[in-house]
Amino acid sequence: MYDGGKIVAGLVLFLALVTSPIWYNVVTGKAEYKPEPKIVTQEKECVAPKAWMTAMHMTLLNDWRDSVVREGNREYVAANGKAYNMSLQNTCMQCHPNKAEFCDRCHNYASVKPYCWDCHVEPKEKK
Amino acid sequence: MNALYALFAVVVLVLLAFLGVSAAGLQVVFGVIVPYAAVSVFLIGIVYRVLKWATIPVPFRITTVCGQQKSLPWIKSSPLESPPNGLWTAARMALEVLAFRSLFRNTSISLASDDKAPGGKRIVYSANFFLWLGAIAFHYCFLVILLRHFRFFTEPVVFFVPLVQVLDGFFQVGAPVVYMTGLIILGALGYLLFRRFANPQVRYISLAADYFPLFLLLGIVISGILMRYFLKVDVVKAKELTMGLIGFHPVVPDGIGSLFYIHLFLVSALVVYFPFSKLMHMGGVFLSPTRNLSNDSRARRHVNPWNYPVHVHTYEEWEEEYRDKIEAAGIPLDKG
Repeated sequence: MYDGGKIVAGLVLFLALVTSPIWYNVVTGKAEYKPEPKIVTQEKECVAPKAWMTAMHMTLLNDWRDSVVREGNREYVAANGKAYNMSLQNTCMQCHPNKAEFCDRCHNYASVKPYCWDCHVEPKEKK
Repeated sequence: MNALYALFAVVVLVLLAFLGVSAAGLQVVFGVIVPYAAVSVFLIGIVYRVLKWATIPVPFRITTVCGQQKSLPWIKSSPLESPPNGLWTAARMALEVLAFRSLFRNTSISLASDDKAPGGKRIVYSANFFLWLGAIAFHYCFLVILLRHFRFFTEPVVFFVPLVQVLDGFFQVGAPVVYMTGLIILGALGYLLFRRFANPQVRYISLAADYFPLFLLLGIVISGILMRYFLKVDVVKAKELTMGLIGFHPVVPDGIGSLFYIHLFLVSALVVYFPFSKLMHMGGVFLSPTRNLSNDSRARRHVNPWNYPVHVHTYEEWEEEYRDKIEAAGIPLDKG
């Protein structure tokens, strides 16, 4: 084998890079962690069904932002006919004031960094 | 026709995953068994092929060069095009691997009107940067997308993922934020495919094996974009599945959405296809002897290492052997 040392070194580097997540999670030991967002409200329902909210809440918030900021329209009529005030602070966070235990759990897990708090006041919570 | 075969193959793969998960309920097969098998084939296949290449002897320098070799001090040489030593070879390799320099030299041939030329036309060669542009845009976007996917394979998420996400989503369009690499890679793959259709010479030499990776990658990118922006899957459950694979305690959470399994199956197909196909240029570029050797054939003597000792009978020895007979015949001798 010509330049066998270099070729084997390259292969070892390649294998190390491909399998790096395995070693990373062996070191951190958190591969089996599952995020459980904590719901603290007594309300029975959100503005939309839970499954839809899980998948689409970012789209909803984006639409609300556009509606309020650009069109001045603050009224949201949900699918069940109930009207809500489109407001992160006054509607969403009435039920979900616990950013660290609600929003952040899944967001951190999936590495999502929404820029809500560039404009909105971040809720002060005991860390 | 070749393109249709390739497209058909990818459509079959998509349908297989879709029906397998949504109709037959084979989540364990498509979520656990296939990915494990695919990654095993990928790793073993690549190591096997690289080691097989490594056993091929390369006793001599067969560098392809396109510049003046280093020779006498007053002749200007171009060391990058004709590297005289290992260091320049490494520089040449780095530019090839990181900047796709050979594609940058691509030319297009066309016929231009010329009254003086026979037939009124002459061949014109001109620079064509689009192949290079499409290739480099695709490869770097693929790298960024791969790095972004580390969010599904590390917990806590490894430090570089948020950095890549911020840069990739720099324009903060919509929610979830639009990643520019997703759009650029679609454009690049679209162009690379279009090029095979539009250019008659390229179309003539295009095989099903050229179209298949393009369609497969397009399928992967489109399914990924659909998952993120349009049809949605449960990201947290998707990560639970991938983390289960990484930690070797596979779990199949309910309700991820069949689109995720289509995406995963197409990626598995790509990974299995890798060692058997032209995609092996990833390893091959490092092992191509026309590029990874320095052009020092004239500066250094390279002896074929499997030369066996040949018994040589020189003229001097022959003359000595038959001296008396040559003298008797009156034939002149070299050594009087």
